[in-house]
This record gives sequence, structure tokens and C-alpha cells, in this order.
Amino acid sequence: MFSDYTANELTAIFAMQGFAGLILFSVLVLMALGLAIIFGQMGVINMAHGEFMILGAYITYLTSNVFAEYLPGLFDGYFFVAMILAFITTFLLGMLVEWGLIRFLYKRPLDTLLATWGLSLILQQIYRSVFGAREVGVSLPDWMMGSYALTDIIEVPINGIFVMLLTVTIAIGVYWLMYRSGWGRQVRAVVQNRPMASAVGINTEKVDRVTFGLGCGIAGIAGSAFTMIGSTGPTSGQLYIVDTFLVVVFGGAQSLLGTIASAFTISQAQSTMEFFLSGSMAKVLTLLFVVGILMLRPQGLFAMKIRH
Amino acid sequence: MSQKDFVLSVEGLTVSFDGFKAVNDLSLYVDEGEIRVIIGPNGAGKTTVLDLICGRTASTSGSIKFRDKELTKMSEHQIVHAGVGRKFQNPSIYEDLSVFENLELSYPKGRSVFGALFFRRDQAVINQVHEIAEMIFLQDMLDKPAGLLSHGQKQWLEIGMLLIQEPDLLMLDEPVAGMSVAERRKTAELLKRITKGRSVIVIEHDMQFAEEIADRVTVLHQGQVLSEGSMERVQNDPKVIEVYLGH
Amino acid sequence: MNSLKQIFPKGDLIAFAILAVLLAVVFPLAMDVFRLNLVGKYLTYAFVALGLVLCWGYGGILSLGQGIFFGLGGYCMAMFLKLEASSPENTAIQSTPGIPDFMDWNQLTELPWFWEPFHSLSFTIIAVMLVPTVFAFFIGLAMFKRRVGGVYFAIITQAIAAILTILIIGQQGYTGGVNGITDLRTFLGWDIRTDSAKVILYFVNLVLLFTCLVIAQIIRKNKLGRILVAMRGREERVRFSGYDVANFKIFVFCIGALFAALGGAMFTLQVGFMSPTFVGIVPSIEMVILCAVGGRLSIFGAIYGALLVNFAKTSFSESFPELWLFAMGALFISVVLFFPNGLASVYQDHIVPRFKKRFKKQGKPVAVKPRVQTAKNQPNTTEKTDDVLTGGTL
Repeated sequence: MFSDYTANELTAIFAMQGFAGLILFSVLVLMALGLAIIFGQMGVINMAHGEFMILGAYITYLTSNVFAEYLPGLFDGYFFVAMILAFITTFLLGMLVEWGLIRFLYKRPLDTLLATWGLSLILQQIYRSVFGAREVGVSLPDWMMGSYALTDIIEVPINGIFVMLLTVTIAIGVYWLMYRSGWGRQVRAVVQNRPMASAVGINTEKVDRVTFGLGCGIAGIAGSAFTMIGSTGPTSGQLYIVDTFLVVVFGGAQSLLGTIASAFTISQAQSTMEFFLSGSMAKVLTLLFVVGILMLRPQGLFAMKIRH
Repeated sequence: MSQKDFVLSVEGLTVSFDGFKAVNDLSLYVDEGEIRVIIGPNGAGKTTVLDLICGRTASTSGSIKFRDKELTKMSEHQIVHAGVGRKFQNPSIYEDLSVFENLELSYPKGRSVFGALFFRRDQAVINQVHEIAEMIFLQDMLDKPAGLLSHGQKQWLEIGMLLIQEPDLLMLDEPVAGMSVAERRKTAELLKRITKGRSVIVIEHDMQFAEEIADRVTVLHQGQVLSEGSMERVQNDPKVIEVYLGH
Repeated sequence: MNSLKQIFPKGDLIAFAILAVLLAVVFPLAMDVFRLNLVGKYLTYAFVALGLVLCWGYGGILSLGQGIFFGLGGYCMAMFLKLEASSPENTAIQSTPGIPDFMDWNQLTELPWFWEPFHSLSFTIIAVMLVPTVFAFFIGLAMFKRRVGGVYFAIITQAIAAILTILIIGQQGYTGGVNGITDLRTFLGWDIRTDSAKVILYFVNLVLLFTCLVIAQIIRKNKLGRILVAMRGREERVRFSGYDVANFKIFVFCIGALFAALGGAMFTLQVGFMSPTFVGIVPSIEMVILCAVGGRLSIFGAIYGALLVNFAKTSFSESFPELWLFAMGALFISVVLFFPNGLASVYQDHIVPRFKKRFKKQGKPVAVKPRVQTAKNQPNTTEKTDDVLTGGTL
């Protein structure tokens, strides 16, 4: 299949597809980071994670409309405000969900899966009732439009670069929070030994609630980023949930680094193959590849070895 | 090596978890019909040794020979079929099933999928279950869900589940942990009775209990054998005293 | 095998009889053909729910990919019916007569090789039962022998369901794409769209369903069923009682797949088409909720659950389409939170005791059966990663 192209063209194709893959990578990483915290650290399967992301996207959409209407002068900066609002909203909703639903199900992970699926159906219908069934898009501020020419044939879009920078920043932030901050230490302590953590004075209930909220909040930011590269509809989140779960599982559920590496592998494989095959076959092959590896190495790429 | 008829000979056994050697070049020989008690401080690798023998943990190197069979290459259920039975530290029984069903499931027949599908609860099974139930003091509890038993009764039930398998080598991880004094006395009696004609490995913290039942004692420390012999000899071994009292 | 009395105790015989009367007498007498056909369609999901009771309720294996097997069974049957509907006479106007219409639209000029054997009914019947079961066998072999279970198994089966859907939609020349295989008319020359055919198919469906129920009952009341229950709570103990746990999981997963496939084939026959909407993630997870609503531990509950949820779905989405998703979501959440063992447990806990009280007043002794405990009191082990991976305590 490569023979139809010259070497020069092939390089350009790989570079462009690689870049397109990087944007997919960014969204997957942001989605997966939140999920990895919730699943990897708490063992909860949040099937409504995609809906939390979409909530972030809708918040971004609303903010952009408010800015366009009332503060057109500040429109260039709306995205930053939107992102913060998206985070706060999804964070609070996440804490509410943890309080109302998840905390009753900690010992039954398969049941969290069913219950959060129910939650996702309700959220989808709320979005449909409030925002309509049609997909909505945001208008980008001028500075994010256009693209940057690397060489004569390779061009990269600026919003893509922005989304990637955002992803890197957030990934570093999450890493710092989980592995360098006192709060992260508490979370990890609770994960490893709940009764002991509780005995040394950690408020495990609060840690659970905030952890779940944080995972959802990151999904909200992912939603903000999502608006730059796709349009938002009530069921857009559902399309990503299986991919995201595979990313998390593939990476080894408890390893943030693994999550990032696996998101990179999956998005690049998909994006590169997409050019040569139809989109659906690329997806089939990617998923098959991941499922195949998982069957060989069920603990994921970066799992810890634990004595039992 | 096995000119003498050891039931179990463990040689050069090592397992490491990410570089940490929980069991390090360990060798251990158990005679036919012997009751061996393994003692040692926390983290000495006692439970890990049992895990290695019964196939729960894969060894890094070394060999475990049970009669003529190399256990390190076998899976758990094959090791059970070979005649090794294992009791866990925390009672591990089927809470959702009745005491009778718990024992029946452990009866060594109908162990394949289709064997289980066509398994018949015949008189031989019923008799055997009753016999074992009496031995473990649970003859009046057969129809009770096992989840309702007391902690001590659960321990007995698990021992009964092993007995009905008719193992040649019985491995018990702290069989009297969490028992009342009366239960403990009954258990010692039970163990004495069931160990006849079998080889037994017991992990125990309770020295008095260990002394009561042991033929020989092995002291583990940091994944290695520190001392071995009669209880008396081991208790007077300066190395053992150093480990138990030295820090 | 145990005696009939052990396998069919009195209480279960009564449950069988009530269900049989309801489905074979009451419904056919009380409903018109359209409604009866609808019930028949709902009952095809009951096959799946029944399989899930064994896999999930008894064995603790949650598959989120039952749509795969339902779909494979359904597609096998649909291929046979489609070939019959695409005789050269019927398709004379196509550029290549004699092949299914969607192939012609997709510029195929020849029947693909894997379609050829579906000209034969006996091959089709074998394929309906074998293709999904063998597929389940290999999935099970790959996963359970490597001790993948619990959440991981659920997610991987879900991914496989997603893969299959994308594949079916993407390869429309071979599969009919997103519309599926439609316009099915006759079965060996017998028009399946007439009212009389629908009534007959309803009863064929019932016979199959009761066969599956009896198989499920035999498995459940046998030592095999008790091993499944034991495995759900204490996988490791079962292993150390000398059982190869993976084989039992593979077996029950295959049975679940077989049941689902029969349901799928009957769906195609009764509804007259098959499409990827019944294969993917969403239908697969809806099948799980049918089972959960009825009661994951009750084979009869699974059937009532399938009927009730689908009745509700139809009436809700006819009159208040926007409310349906709310109701469905609330159903998921409330079943999981308040009735983890579904309607069957409501019946067991609230209705049966009242009956018993009445009987007791008349001086009839009533045997008290130990109730199977819920998933709540399962063992806590300390190593979380280990739990998640092996799924033993999930």
C-alpha cells in the first residue's frame, strides 16, 4: 500500500497523520487521566465519564455564547474562563454523584458500572432536553484559527497545538497532585490500605469524594478541549467511553505514565492506519490490537508486581 | 537426592518480587508421616513457602518435589489432584452454600465440567460427608449456610474440606488463629487425630501449640532456614534466640 | 445426574407451570397477533437474560458483550432467509441477479464465499448454535485461562461488541451495513410475515425458551451450579479444592452465548430483519439490565424482567419518548442500589413470607430454605489489584 507514494510524500503523510493523531491523543489522555484516577485509584467503573466530558463541552459552548453576546471585547480569552467553569461544574457534580450513588457501591465494582450507565442515560436525556438533539459547535477566537506551516507540505493547525499544550500542562498538574502533594499521598494511602489510612486520621470519605470529583473535573476540562476539534451532541461522550476504558486498562490501571503511553500508542496507530484504510477498519484493527495485547498481558503495560 | 523416602523435598527455592527475595535459596525436607511446624517472625516468608508449594505463587528458581512429581511446573488444581491440601490463614469457605454442600464440593469426584454436571449425590458421598462432619464437630450444622458459622467453626469446616480430599500432604496456615481456648483445645485434638498416616506442614505462632503437635520444627528468617530440629533444640539455638529477642 | 425431584423441587415446578400457563395460554388468548408477536420479540431477549443469570448471577462473570452472540445467531439466520429471498427470479432487476440486494448496490458481482453454505438450512441451524458458542469458547479460553475476570472481562467483551458493530457497519457489501439484513420473507417457502406464521413462530420460540430454562435449571441444581456459586465468592478455594476454575467459566460463558444465539435467531425469524443495532454496546448493556431487574439469581426472574422492561420500553417510548431514557436510567440506578437481586428478591422477601404465614395458620409446616446470600457479604481481601484482575471477589 506504500508503493503508490514517493518517499517525500510518505514522510509528509506520516507527519500530518501523526499530528492529527496527537490531537486525538490529547482528548484521549484528558479523558483517560480522569478515568484512571477514578478506576485505578478507587476501582470504580464510571460509565458516565463521557457525559461528564460533554458537560464540560456544553459549559464551554455556553460561555462562548455569553462572551459573544455580552463581552465581545474579551472573546479572545473566553476559553480560559470556560475551562475553569467546566472544571468547577463537573467537579461539583462529580462530588454530588459520589455522595448520592458511588459511595454505596465501593465493594461492588461491576454494580458501579451498571449504576453509572444509568446515570449516563439520564444525563444524555437532560442534555437533549436542554440543548436539543442537534450537535452544537463553538466559534474559535481569531488567534486559534489558521495553521502554522512547518515545511511546504506539512501544516499544523494552531488549535491543535494549543490543545496539546493544555494536555501536557494538565498531565503534569495531575502527576504533581497525585505523586508530589500531600493530598495525593492521602489518596494513595487510602487506595493501598483503607482501614490503616483511616486509623492514622485520614478522612477516607472526604478523600473518596474529592478524588471522584477531581476525576470528573478533569473530564470537564477534556470537554473544553473537545470543543476545539469536534462538535458537541448529547451522545458524543458515549462514543469515547470504550476507547477511554481501553486506554486506561491497556496502560495498567494504576499507572498515570502507562495511561499516557497507551493513549499515545492507540491514537497514533489509529490515525496512521486511517490514512491507508477506511476509518472503520483502522478502528477495528486498533481495537483488535489492544484487545489482543490485553489477552496476552492482562495487567496492562505498566502494572506493578505485587506480592500476595 | 531422594534416596530416602521424603514426601516433600524443596531444594534451592527462590522467589523474588521486583528484586525483593521473599524466599531465598530455601531447602526443606519432610518425611513420610511427619508433622512439621514452621515458625518465624512476621515477614519470614512462611506463608510464601506454602504459596509456592501449592502453586499459588510461581517460583523464580528451585525445585519442589512431591513424591516423584515436580510441583513447580503444575497448576493449582493439578497439585491438589497429586495429593496436596492447603488451608488458608483466614478461613476460606463458601459462605453462600450449606455446610453439607461445602464438604460435598470438596469430595474428590466430578472435578471436570462434565463430571460435575453428571455428578450424583450417592450414599458413599453422603456417608463420607457425615463422617467428616462428625470429626470436625459440625454434624448438627450440615444444613446451615456456612456463612452463619462462628469463626472457629469456619476454621474447622475448612479443615474438614481438606480432609474429605484425602490429601497425603496437608498444609495448614495458622489453624488456631482467632480461636477461643476451648476451641483451641478441641482443634489440637482434631489435628492429632487427622494427622495419623499423613504428612503435615503447619505454620504456627503459638509456641505452646506448636510444641504440642510438632515432630520437628523449622525456623524461617528472611526467607531462609535459620534452624531446624526438635522444639527443644530449636528453642535453645542461639541464632533463634537472637532473632526473636535480639531486636 | 440427580433425581428429577432434586432438580425440580415443588416450588420450582409451580414456577414453571405458572410461567407456562401465562406464556402459552393467557397471552395467546388475550392478545392480538401484533401484540403476541411483540411478546415473542421480548422473549428472545429472555434467552439472553437467562444465559446471564448463569454467567453473571451464578458464575460472577459479567459479560457486556452478549449482543455479540445474539447478533451472530441472528445474522446466521438472516443470511439463510436473505438468500432464500434473493432467488434469481426475485432479483431479476439487479445487475447481478441471485445475490442479496445490498450486495448488488455495493457493486458486488458474486456471492462471497462465507455466504455460500447458508443456502442450506441444516448448515444454518448448526451455524446458529456453533458460531457464537465457538467464538465464546475462544474468548473464554484466552481470558479465563489467563485469569482475566471481573471488570477487565466486562470491558474487553464490551470492546469486542464495539469491534463487531464497527465491522458490520463498515463492511456493508458483505453484511448489509447499518441497515442490516432486511426484507426477509420466507422460510423454506413458508411466508413468515403472515399472522398464522407469527403465531406458530411464537410457540416455536416458547418451546425453545422452555428447553433453555430446563437446561439452566439442571445446571443450577447440579453440582456444577454449586461450583459456580462457590467460584463467584471464593475462586481460589475452588481452585484448591482441585477444580480447574477456567474450564467452568468457559463452559458457563459458552452456555450463555448459545442461549443468546438462539434468542437472536428467533428474533430474526419473528421480526423479519437483523441489524447492528442489536449487536453493539448499548443493546448488550440493556440485556444485562433485563437480567438485573428480574433478579440475577433467578432464572424465572430473568424472563419476567425481559418482559417487563420491554413492555415498559414500548409503552413509554410510544407515549413519552423523552421520558424513556430517564425511566431507564432511574431503573438501572434503583435496581443496583435498592434491589441488587431484582424482582425475584422482592418476591422472595415480601410475597413468599406472607403466603407462608397464611399456610402456617392452617397448621401446615413449611420447609424453610436457606436463602442464597446477596453479593453484599463477599470476602474482603487486602490486595485490590489482585481482586480486580482475577475478579474473584467482584
